[in-house]
Amino acid sequence: MDLRLIAAEPTEDEREAVDAVLGAPESGWEGGERTRLDGHVARGGRAQRERRHLLLPALQALQRRAGWITDGGMGYVCRRLSIPPADAYGVASFYALLSTEPRPRIVLHVCDDVACRVGGGPELLDRMRAAAGPDRAGHVVPSPCLGLCDRAPAAMVQLASKRGGHLQVAPADEGLLRPFIDGGSWALPHGSGRLPQLDDGRRDGLRLLRGIGRSTEQEAEDPQGPRERLSLERYRARGGSAALERAIELGPERVIAEVKTSKLLGRGGAAFPTGVKWEAVAGQAARPHYFVCNADESEPGTFKDRVLMEEDPLAIVEAITVAGFATGAQRGYVYVRGEYPVATRRLENAIAEARGAGLLGEDVLGSGFSFDIEVRVGAGAYIAGEETALFNSIEGYRPEPRNKPPFPVERGLFGKPTGINNVETLLNVLEVLRIGGEEFAGIGTEGSTGTRLFCLSGCVEEPGLYEVEFGATLRDLLELAGGIRGGRGLRAVLLGGAAGTFVGPDDLDIRLTFEDARAGGYTLGSGVVCAFDDTIDMADIVLRIAAFFRDESCGQCVPCRVGTVRQEEALHRLHAGRAFGSVDQETALLGDIAAGMRDASICGLGQTAASAVMSALKLGLFPTGAAR
Amino acid sequence: MFGAGGGTSSYEEIERCDLIVLWGSNARETHPIFFHHVLRGIHDGARLIVVDPRRTASAQWADLWLGIDVGSDIALADTMAREIIVSGLQHDAFISRGTTGFDEYRDHVMDWTLERGSQVTGIPPEVIREFAHTYAEADRSELCWTLGITEHHNAADNVLALINLGLLTGHVGRYGSGLNPLRGQNNVQGGGDMGAIPNKLPGFQDVETDQAARDRFERAWGAPVPPKSGWHLSQMFDGMERGELTAAYVIGENPAVSEADQHRARKLLGGLDCLVVQDLFMTRTAELADVVLPATVAGVESEGTVTNSERRVQRIRRAMDPPGDARDDLWIIAEMAKRLGRDWGEVTAESAWNELRSLSPMHCGMSYGRLEALGGLQWPCPDEEHPGTRFLHARLWEEDPAKRGRLAPFTVTPFEPPVDELTEEFPVRLTTGRRLDSYNTGEQTGRYSSPLRRPETIDVSPEDATALGVADGEVVKVSSRRGSVQAPVRVDTGLRPGLAFMTLHFPEQVETNFLTIDAWDPKSGTAEFKATAVRIDRLSEAPA
Repeated sequence: MDLRLIAAEPTEDEREAVDAVLGAPESGWEGGERTRLDGHVARGGRAQRERRHLLLPALQALQRRAGWITDGGMGYVCRRLSIPPADAYGVASFYALLSTEPRPRIVLHVCDDVACRVGGGPELLDRMRAAAGPDRAGHVVPSPCLGLCDRAPAAMVQLASKRGGHLQVAPADEGLLRPFIDGGSWALPHGSGRLPQLDDGRRDGLRLLRGIGRSTEQEAEDPQGPRERLSLERYRARGGSAALERAIELGPERVIAEVKTSKLLGRGGAAFPTGVKWEAVAGQAARPHYFVCNADESEPGTFKDRVLMEEDPLAIVEAITVAGFATGAQRGYVYVRGEYPVATRRLENAIAEARGAGLLGEDVLGSGFSFDIEVRVGAGAYIAGEETALFNSIEGYRPEPRNKPPFPVERGLFGKPTGINNVETLLNVLEVLRIGGEEFAGIGTEGSTGTRLFCLSGCVEEPGLYEVEFGATLRDLLELAGGIRGGRGLRAVLLGGAAGTFVGPDDLDIRLTFEDARAGGYTLGSGVVCAFDDTIDMADIVLRIAAFFRDESCGQCVPCRVGTVRQEEALHRLHAGRAFGSVDQETALLGDIAAGMRDASICGLGQTAASAVMSALKLGLFPTGAAR
Repeated sequence: MFGAGGGTSSYEEIERCDLIVLWGSNARETHPIFFHHVLRGIHDGARLIVVDPRRTASAQWADLWLGIDVGSDIALADTMAREIIVSGLQHDAFISRGTTGFDEYRDHVMDWTLERGSQVTGIPPEVIREFAHTYAEADRSELCWTLGITEHHNAADNVLALINLGLLTGHVGRYGSGLNPLRGQNNVQGGGDMGAIPNKLPGFQDVETDQAARDRFERAWGAPVPPKSGWHLSQMFDGMERGELTAAYVIGENPAVSEADQHRARKLLGGLDCLVVQDLFMTRTAELADVVLPATVAGVESEGTVTNSERRVQRIRRAMDPPGDARDDLWIIAEMAKRLGRDWGEVTAESAWNELRSLSPMHCGMSYGRLEALGGLQWPCPDEEHPGTRFLHARLWEEDPAKRGRLAPFTVTPFEPPVDELTEEFPVRLTTGRRLDSYNTGEQTGRYSSPLRRPETIDVSPEDATALGVADGEVVKVSSRRGSVQAPVRVDTGLRPGLAFMTLHFPEQVETNFLTIDAWDPKSGTAEFKATAVRIDRLSEAPA
């Protein structure tokens, strides 16, 4: 690539941060000391371009070190990887957690998304902004969902320093956050989240949550966060590694057969049969194959995958290994969202443990199968959870979804056949191998086998992560969570997340299965059940959802880029009682926008960006001006 | 190549090969259309190796760049050849089937050990070794070169040294393997094809040795064709100097600026009894002329054909009327003939072309109708059923010796360093070249603005700039044994200490060719624009 680099030079700190990711430069051409040899030889080309996938990690290293990506830092990364700066800028500016403008070294991200909105998020945001004052306005920013909805309000601290990174704070309050603005020592709440079924002995029937905490020990009280120790022995003593051993015993084809027999459907939202997907990848002639675990859990109101990764990380590693074994992959990736520092650290530890014990690497468990896993971390982009956008993110490009076909099973990561599953789906595979596909198929209903995790948040008595066998109704779930807090009346439930649908109090007997959802025109999505009682300003919630999609649209395709903006504008006009023409004309326009986005967007974001909004209008949750 | 001067491969093959070598070529800037084919090849997995003294824009795309010392190409090629032979990577079957002279060649290159090659070229031995192995072992290798090979006093030997590599490894005459000089204009190839070479009739038929061809032309033209090669440009200037050449008819060339050692060139042109210039523009050469004939722009104001680097003949069509008294080149030449007493009747582009087809077997099958219907044809195309030839010299691979035709000879090429020696007085090697947005002397490009264009500079390495104590933009004096010019300094990290670069695009600002040497290659007539010994002085310290 013939580069035209900006003249700015990196600081020593920035150089060191980038070199930690890319290794020291091998020549003057890459930014090292210019030697006599550099006058006669340079290497680059494909070898250099093939390191493009290190762009995002390198940019993250700069962000972590300096608090923003300076021209000098960016230029250095571009020189190292032979990427035009404009191209790298396009990547850096895509992500919310990366900044190409000066930013303070400490930034508080306070969640004001749907679940925290009814849990004091906006109020906390206001208080922190007031505490920072106008001079330090950049220190406090609103954030989309941080995946800590069971302990609202949530916040995340982004620290830039030699050992910079992210800290999760939930439940957050002014006292906990003040030290990050004012200086001084700080302490944070511990724990991964609320799991009421584990706390009060309702463990029967739990399959996915049963392994929670089985391999981690709290080692020491550390104000800077929980310090965990991972123990592979503990994990193995409590059933760990058995599925991998079983898989190796069966061989790839029979593993796939078991998964197909189990009728396991993907839990990421699309409900695609996992066994069919795996079989399609395994059957591709092109090599290598990749397997990716999608842990970019960003759907507002969702926190299940985070809890699984934080509390049962070795199981995730084992499940990815089994999937890689079955699909003929030699390399696996876990793409964890950037807002999940604890999950990231624990997965990295788990991978290192597994590698040390021969469960990863060359010749896994003496089977001849070689496999390793790499953790990749997102940087604040909801759309990166879309599977093809996720591939682009790993490859170092803007996380914009690709047109399909070709589907990932044929051309996925790095253009090669790729299997990709969500964390919860993969964990189910361990259960399939433990009890066998047939027995698994007997759990739940005909069309929805096994159990399902639901993230209860909002106005319920006991928010938290719940596991139920398929077939339970929405009412069952709300009851499991102790009903609506304070005994108040229920106004609506947001089911499936921002991309899901609102359900009114009259429809609580809907069964939460894939087949019922399909027939009834709702979605289970990522298992979000966010309840709103009769005190909640639902218009505010709907506007927040509209704002979310407008903000997260990648802008690649017109229906979504324009539609999400127009949708939000129309809702604001309706809300303000200033409809263009009549209220009917505005609602008709919203219907047209919704149809346009649903039918013509490239990916699921645009296709579902009007789903919750339209269901809210239908249920009368959004006052349409007539009353105003 | 082996008689017919043209690249052996098609652009399509550049896109489908495993290795592309650009040797003495900055195609990214100077052959941007061709480079698109290279990029496509790269995109589909081809490796790129660039040999060039400078780390150019092309080199920045390369998997491996070899920053060769100026003028040491034969040393590099012969060192590679030895390495290929001692590693047993030569293509024995092809050598025995399709070539002659291998034994002598082998004996010659055996002196070129990696160590010796490294000393002469500046490239580390292990890198030469890697290049040799990569080239020999690739299934499909395309070796491409440009003026970095040919603008030397030993241009023909440079080319032959590269051809030797192709013969040695069997990387010629196969799909995806070939030897390709890149042409700098849309019709440089066509010019040669039409006989604008001192020793060839149209269709590369030898004027001295091919009696049958000469007979055909004499019959068609009704005039004798002397069996004697003409002069190439450098010989013409020597002829002027001796007073043997006293009149010149210059069509579309600007030698007053483009010739090496311009002082001499202008003096000689100015001293002619009669100079006629036929051009689009009032060039520096035209300013010296007795008669200037305003011509038309090919492809815009006139009809005809052009032939590109893959030997594809394409139709070009008139889109507008020429301004004022400007006339079609064909009309001017026919009218000239008429005034000299030969009336050719009405000559059109197509009638001239059809005459060519009747005389040049390789063009015979290319009727205007077929050229239009097929989007051009690649020569040779001997009859109207023939689909054209994608790549040349497949015949050398034939099992039947009768079908192989004349075999391809290896040629022993002695290494000779550049004529203009580096000394304490002239310690810097100046090499010249071209930039993306300008064309040769700037006649055709300088009139249009370009967002990229920057004025002439003397490009030097950061180390030399520091040693000279000059900053970017500072005007310095550049002197060679022939003259001196002033130019602003531009620091370029693509250069190493002791290597400097200038273009010839801006003769109005800096007369670069006052510096260059007119040492020329006796075989091809090309001057050594690529290797001049200069010194660079700060103006304040420069000796008067």
